[in-house]
Amino acid sequence: MKANCWYGKKDVQVVDVSEPEILNNRDAVIKITSSAICGSDLHLYNGFVPTMEKGDILGHEFMGEVVEVGSEVHNLKAGDRVVASFPISCGKCFFCQRELFSLCENSNPNAWMAQKLFGHSPAGIYGYTHMLGGFAGGQAEYARVPFADVGTVKIPDGLSDEQVLFLSDIFPTGYMAAENCNIQPGDTIAVWGCGPVGQFAMKSAYLLGAERVIGIDRFPYRLLIAREKVGAEVLNYEECDVYDSLMEMTGGLGPDACIDAVGMEAHVPGVIGAYDRVKQLLMLESDRPHAFRQAIMACRKGGTVSVPGVYGGFDDKIPLGSLMNKGLTVKTGQTHVQRYFAPLLERIQNDDIDPSFVITHRLSLEEAPRGYEMFLNKDDDCLKVVLKP
Amino acid sequence: MEIPRDLAIERRQRSGAQFSEPVERRGDWNDGSLTNVARSAWDQQQLGVLIDGNEKTVARGLGWFSIGLGLAEVLAPRTLERFLGIKHHGFLLRVMGLREIASGVGILTGRRPSGWLWARAGGAVIDIAGLGMALNSDTAKPANIGLACAAVAGITVLDIRYAQELSRNNDAALSARTIEVRNSIQINCSPAAVYKFWRNFQNLPRFMSNVESVDTLSDNRSHWCVRGPAGKRIEWDAEITEEEENRLIAWHSLPGAQVENYGSVRFETAPGGRGTYVKVHLQYSPPAGIFGARVAKLFGREPQQQIHEDLHHLKQIMETGEIITTKGQPAGRARGTSWKYDQAVRRQVDSRSEYQPSAA
Repeated sequence: MKANCWYGKKDVQVVDVSEPEILNNRDAVIKITSSAICGSDLHLYNGFVPTMEKGDILGHEFMGEVVEVGSEVHNLKAGDRVVASFPISCGKCFFCQRELFSLCENSNPNAWMAQKLFGHSPAGIYGYTHMLGGFAGGQAEYARVPFADVGTVKIPDGLSDEQVLFLSDIFPTGYMAAENCNIQPGDTIAVWGCGPVGQFAMKSAYLLGAERVIGIDRFPYRLLIAREKVGAEVLNYEECDVYDSLMEMTGGLGPDACIDAVGMEAHVPGVIGAYDRVKQLLMLESDRPHAFRQAIMACRKGGTVSVPGVYGGFDDKIPLGSLMNKGLTVKTGQTHVQRYFAPLLERIQNDDIDPSFVITHRLSLEEAPRGYEMFLNKDDDCLKVVLKP
Repeated sequence: MEIPRDLAIERRQRSGAQFSEPVERRGDWNDGSLTNVARSAWDQQQLGVLIDGNEKTVARGLGWFSIGLGLAEVLAPRTLERFLGIKHHGFLLRVMGLREIASGVGILTGRRPSGWLWARAGGAVIDIAGLGMALNSDTAKPANIGLACAAVAGITVLDIRYAQELSRNNDAALSARTIEVRNSIQINCSPAAVYKFWRNFQNLPRFMSNVESVDTLSDNRSHWCVRGPAGKRIEWDAEITEEEENRLIAWHSLPGAQVENYGSVRFETAPGGRGTYVKVHLQYSPPAGIFGARVAKLFGREPQQQIHEDLHHLKQIMETGEIITTKGQPAGRARGTSWKYDQAVRRQVDSRSEYQPSAA
């Protein structure tokens, strides 16, 4: 089959590989009908996340048709149309039983590696480094889904791929980011990053009752989507001072909750930006955490900073003094996707939201390398690329 | 038969008697926080054996030399450039300086300075290559570059010599000690279920990657086959020394074992519906000689990590019925697993087990 594989920094290629098989009893193999490139895939593409190996199949947002199930999978059968969750979760451990699926203890065969870096290992993730399991990903014609009985949601007839594909990651990720803000009536939510996750976070904030939502980015086309399709107010951080503008907009109070939907590769103009870039290049700092710094400084006293953006290691100049003295709450984590399958599928069925609004490009699987390049460079106003095998 | 030390302590604990802790224990390891104390004691012991006398002094000297040279490269690259007669290599010199400082700090603070000394020696080879290239520059001052080369080469010889010394001590230290490993894991099922699984010793090879087989000889005796160094098999008979249903199993090897060992595993009810804490304590005394050193290495390289992975596999079997694997998956290279990163996957026992987790 064809699969999109990682071969190094800014080097992905579609090559022929063998087809996946059932390896564990709770596996399923699915024939992929739609797959997507995630913003977090760009961190791999840029070579910022360690423990990738040449030939790793990328992709953790995918859906398709079940072709085979293992002996212990009783709730799926060949022919079912399913979306897979990007974290792989056993459903039986302490964390899964508390619906903290992305913290599953049993799905990362290389847990020791992540444990060395993080203290404890999160769940395994498809196509996302060997530290998180080294699982083959879903930018391919077929994929193996471990713990398929827990990690898939069946899609009823009448919904298109594009409406439900993002249940795999970015819709629940944006939704959980908003849910973590504990939104109360009248709240103002500021969202750093108007990429796909940021758009879903903004949309979800409205769904959860926010009064005002403010999107922050530097690309006019992304701000336009936030304004036109989500209904958010927008700030271009290259044209204004974010802190001053947010204070101006909220009478000096600050947003009740701030969402960092940027993560480790924040862009900042000026000295701080150069500082982070140099430190990251010299491996003295693993991330460029500027959105997080700004979110802490701007957040209302006693408010919440919610972090769906991906970070990898050890970061500098985090304003802990502000965090402590302002009594802020930080909530974060890889998304517990399985927890959101049913409620968000219902939202889609009720027409509360049509997640396909973020899609700007539809490519064949063979064109994946072009998709990565386009998404990275923001060519042709690229916001979200869907790959069709 | 001498009673293993930890068992003696366990008995005293259970009988409720207060006891003064032996120096090398410094506390009850059942309290999770104290594993760190045990580990740091272990580190100190290693440091004491590894860095001794002359080697220690020279290693420290080399460490400080590295830091000094590194600082000069980082802070005054222009001066160095002028001395060598090269231009526009300030950034490179700074990078080389940072590397020097890193190896210096590593030598001075590292647990195993020999590794850092080898790294220093490797770095010096790069330095010499760089100096050689500098000779091509129009403005080069060959005499000064020659001087710098000689200095670097001299230091490199010292590096290699003392790295060898320290590495040798390292091997000697391994064969001389008893290897002791403690680890624990939380498993989301009842102590009775884990106890039952463990007590059936035929199950042990399914999660202990070094163990080939355990045959039951009688109710409390068993025969162990363990994968030894260079494919050599190590075997011994073991006897259960203490057992409490659903709570504790302790065993030791019988006289005549190639590798004298004893171990215990406790199954404690974890609070608040957290299932079971499984706490393992193992001790091996490898024989003297080359073979012994190899055995020590086999168990001793990362014994803590080895038993940790084994327990993680036990947890997976108990909670999900099998061990998750990526062996056999597709990839855009020869093998589905990564030779570099997926060691745990390579080592793991057969993932297709027949055990079904009980409803408990």
